[in-house]
Amino acid sequence: MSTTRHPGLNLGPHHGEADDTAEVEVFGFWVFMMSDAIIFGLLMATYVVMSGNLNGGPGPRELFELRPVFIETMLLLFSSLTFGFAQIGMKYHPHPARMIIWLLVSVALALIFVGMEVNDFITMAGKGGIPQASGFLSSFYALVPLHGIHVTAACIWALAILGQIAVYGLDDEVKTGMLRLGILWHFLDIVWIGIFSIVYIGGLA
Amino acid sequence: MTDKAAEKRKEQLSYALGFGYALLLTVPLFASVAFDWLDRSTLLWITGVAAILQIVVHFRFFLHIRLKGQTKEDLQLILFTTLVIGVMGLGTIWVIFNLMSRM
Repeated sequence: MSTTRHPGLNLGPHHGEADDTAEVEVFGFWVFMMSDAIIFGLLMATYVVMSGNLNGGPGPRELFELRPVFIETMLLLFSSLTFGFAQIGMKYHPHPARMIIWLLVSVALALIFVGMEVNDFITMAGKGGIPQASGFLSSFYALVPLHGIHVTAACIWALAILGQIAVYGLDDEVKTGMLRLGILWHFLDIVWIGIFSIVYIGGLA
Repeated sequence: MTDKAAEKRKEQLSYALGFGYALLLTVPLFASVAFDWLDRSTLLWITGVAAILQIVVHFRFFLHIRLKGQTKEDLQLILFTTLVIGVMGLGTIWVIFNLMSRM
């Protein structure tokens, strides 16, 4: 336990082959995530530049609501914790029951997050906050829903892993898949830190 | 077996600690916006610092990135990505705002 072979939870030597392949596969996925981080970083920079260009349309104070954003932040943070427990369950228990339960909890939290976010967008559109209204809203809709689509894709991936377990059992492919999904899951929570800080607190403070 | 149990406890504690720190770095910010505790510029500076600290917390406790003892260049990649985002992102903001102030 003195060395870490890859980001995220390491399976450890008693997982044998899976731990060896994970070192390379997770590192590759880590490189991919870092390139995704650049996309999000630049969309945030675009948002900062465009956020003052309202074109006579509604601004952040008319469109954003603090309460749902706070609940969404807590949902993602809780799902990061429960995903950690799913990975710990996978690492220490040969039977996948614990892992499946925690994974389902994580997916449920993430899906509630996506549902609340879609509800926010509908509320915004009802107040005239549509992408074509202003530069501020165009850059908002380029950034925030892209994160929502990532979360949705991560949920689909999690369901695919549950399907793999149902067909093949908890084999090495499933284990390394879970490690990579964990990287994506925690990464998306990190992107959300940037979004709620810049877009929502920056808009409402 | 006891070794394994101790390691499991340690890893559970890592996630719980990360969760606790993240809460501490998030809840006061939202409370400050909701109850209007601070003026705008103070709050934005505090938010910026808290966001960076929280990103470090997530990397350390959820993604287990450490300063030493890693077999691959995980940390170097984060630092390089941060550099690229810094140059391109802050560069964009600097250039465009400079342009706006001249128009």
